Amino acid sequence: MPTSTQTTVSGPAGAPEPDSHPKSGTGQRPKAVVRPGDRIFSAATLIAGILILLILAGVALFLLAQSKDTIEAQVNDPSSITGGNGFFSYVWPLVIGTLISSAIALLVATPFALGIALFTTHMAPRKLAPTLGYVIDLLAAIPSVVYGLWGIALAGSLTDFYLWLSKWFGWIPIFAPDANGDVSNTGRTLLTASLVLSIMILPIITSLTREIFLQTPRLQEEAALALGATRWEMIRMSVLPFGKSGIASATMLGLGRALGETMAVAMILSPGLLTASLVVSGNQTIASEIAQNFPEAAGLRLSELITVGLVLFVITLLVNMGARAIVAKTSVKGS
Amino acid sequence: MLTTTNNSTTTSRTLTSKQLPKATPWVVAVASIIVAIIISFIAFGGFNIPVVAVLAGLINVVAVFAISASYEGRRKATDRVATTVVTSSFILACVPLISLLWMTISKGGAAISFDLLSRTMLGMKGVLDQQYVAGEATIAGGFYHAIVGTVLITAMACIISIPIGVLTAIYLVEYAEKNRLGKAITFLVDVMTGIPSIVAGLFAFALFSTIAGFIMPDAAGIAKTGFTAAVALSVLMIPIVVRNTEEILRLVPMDLREASYALGVPKWKTIVKIVLPTSVSGILSGITIAIARVIGETAPIMVTAGFAKALNWNLFSGWMSTLPTFIYDSQLRPVSPGDAALASSERAWAAALVLVALVMLLNLLARVIAKVLAPKAGR
Repeated sequence: MPTSTQTTVSGPAGAPEPDSHPKSGTGQRPKAVVRPGDRIFSAATLIAGILILLILAGVALFLLAQSKDTIEAQVNDPSSITGGNGFFSYVWPLVIGTLISSAIALLVATPFALGIALFTTHMAPRKLAPTLGYVIDLLAAIPSVVYGLWGIALAGSLTDFYLWLSKWFGWIPIFAPDANGDVSNTGRTLLTASLVLSIMILPIITSLTREIFLQTPRLQEEAALALGATRWEMIRMSVLPFGKSGIASATMLGLGRALGETMAVAMILSPGLLTASLVVSGNQTIASEIAQNFPEAAGLRLSELITVGLVLFVITLLVNMGARAIVAKTSVKGS
Repeated sequence: MLTTTNNSTTTSRTLTSKQLPKATPWVVAVASIIVAIIISFIAFGGFNIPVVAVLAGLINVVAVFAISASYEGRRKATDRVATTVVTSSFILACVPLISLLWMTISKGGAAISFDLLSRTMLGMKGVLDQQYVAGEATIAGGFYHAIVGTVLITAMACIISIPIGVLTAIYLVEYAEKNRLGKAITFLVDVMTGIPSIVAGLFAFALFSTIAGFIMPDAAGIAKTGFTAAVALSVLMIPIVVRNTEEILRLVPMDLREASYALGVPKWKTIVKIVLPTSVSGILSGITIAIARVIGETAPIMVTAGFAKALNWNLFSGWMSTLPTFIYDSQLRPVSPGDAALASSERAWAAALVLVALVMLLNLLARVIAKVLAPKAGR
């Protein structure tokens, strides 16, 4: 411990320490010298740490302060809120849209992320593996607005696929065509947005699961191989069980990212009312509702959007805390 | 002699199982692609890339399993199928990356010019875009103001968040020693990492419009400035800086600190002269990664700094534009509707190329810093 070492330090400040030094063995511990420099420095770092607490408290407080108008309107005159039926009926479809798009993104991204993580840790040639990991990290570096631009450019080419889906699987509500038996002719639907979202959360889940897979005890893997297991059997018997909780928390963190991702959805989705079908235009997510309406908003509308943001903040907070709880529960065993 | 060697090979054969030649997976893969193309021509009357890809994948998996199971046995066949599936999932995941980079380079590269880099959108009219699309004039407008805005806002965000982030990391590693405050900060930094970027923007806006509301009521509009955007970015940047710096500081060997203490060096001087220089490469590269992360943020900027059309060097008054918000604005709210929206789209792609190049450059820089400034291992 650095502090205990410091008690026997004889500083350049000229304190009468050299005398006390031999006595320290006889049970009388000399007092640690605290210099002004130390005090200033530790205070500065402490203030920085406390500032972080304040920022997070500030996020919640100032969002609440700006939501005051909405809460008042909700109490006094619910019909003044967009939609005319109070705040909850306004925010409900947005929450559902957010959850649906995130769930689809997660469903698509997780198997791929696991595949990539397994490939880079256990299957790719040793020399190539770090480079391949870097390529996937590049996916994370690309700004979300560029993903949005790319999604808009490609959305149109998905309409044929959506037509095909609605023709053969239209009996499933999520692929049902609209009243005219048609699908969105621009392709800018919630399914497109969710697919782009899945590409955006792929690198996060991948890099987290990759780390977990690399931590698998080498002896377990080698023991499995020595008993004659094939590579896949080794992965199934030692790598996957070991990484189970890590995979769970990685997907939770990916979910947190997908819930809050704004631009891809705001740019790709042409918003509308809540519908069950994912291949016609419609639906909206919280983040994209804010992004699309905030620039022109004023007064009560502004306050409404901030309140909606508060709802999003709470949802992502819960998801992230859940993920951390899973990590905390298992990281002790893992090390 | 001959007979004994024959004998030994037959006995050794019982110890090793039968194995397909090494090239088999590749041969099967190529064969299944060819079969898929043929089927696509017969059933769909043409070459259809998605159909071929899906068919080829399915045929490949089935063929690999069938061939391997009949020769090597079920377990080996399952292993081969798993390898095939995992490998193809990796290849499939690379498709969007390549497609995105290719589109950015081809579309952005075709549109970009020195004029676009050096002009702003001030005085932009729909007529100018219509003339360009009709081929009567060169492209008008540009995003010099957005580049300036990006640099200014990001620099301000760095000024705010680097000291806070690095000092917090020092507190956590050197002073907290697992006390309650240290644990609370670690937890909250984790929570902050998960704040959606748009919520960070809303926070900064709420903060400054509340303050502005106290100074002069009914003037929430003046809360939208470059500085507000920088605060929003700081909320996103601080946790990244803290996490990266903390990780690096924990790597500094305890021996170094103890050696310094033993020589009578005060704690703060030990941190400044021993711990920080040892870890400077890691800290700087972590900061560069953090900059690369926030420089591409769109949502927090558009709710805090608006969409400026003209050049604005003042962070503390007036709207500002950054490259991401410029891209968003150009694509979704083109200057001229209809066919002439193409001009706006071209400007957006050119700006996207600049932005992607910037982000890639920062990522590369982070790697170079980590390599060049790393402490020399030799004696």
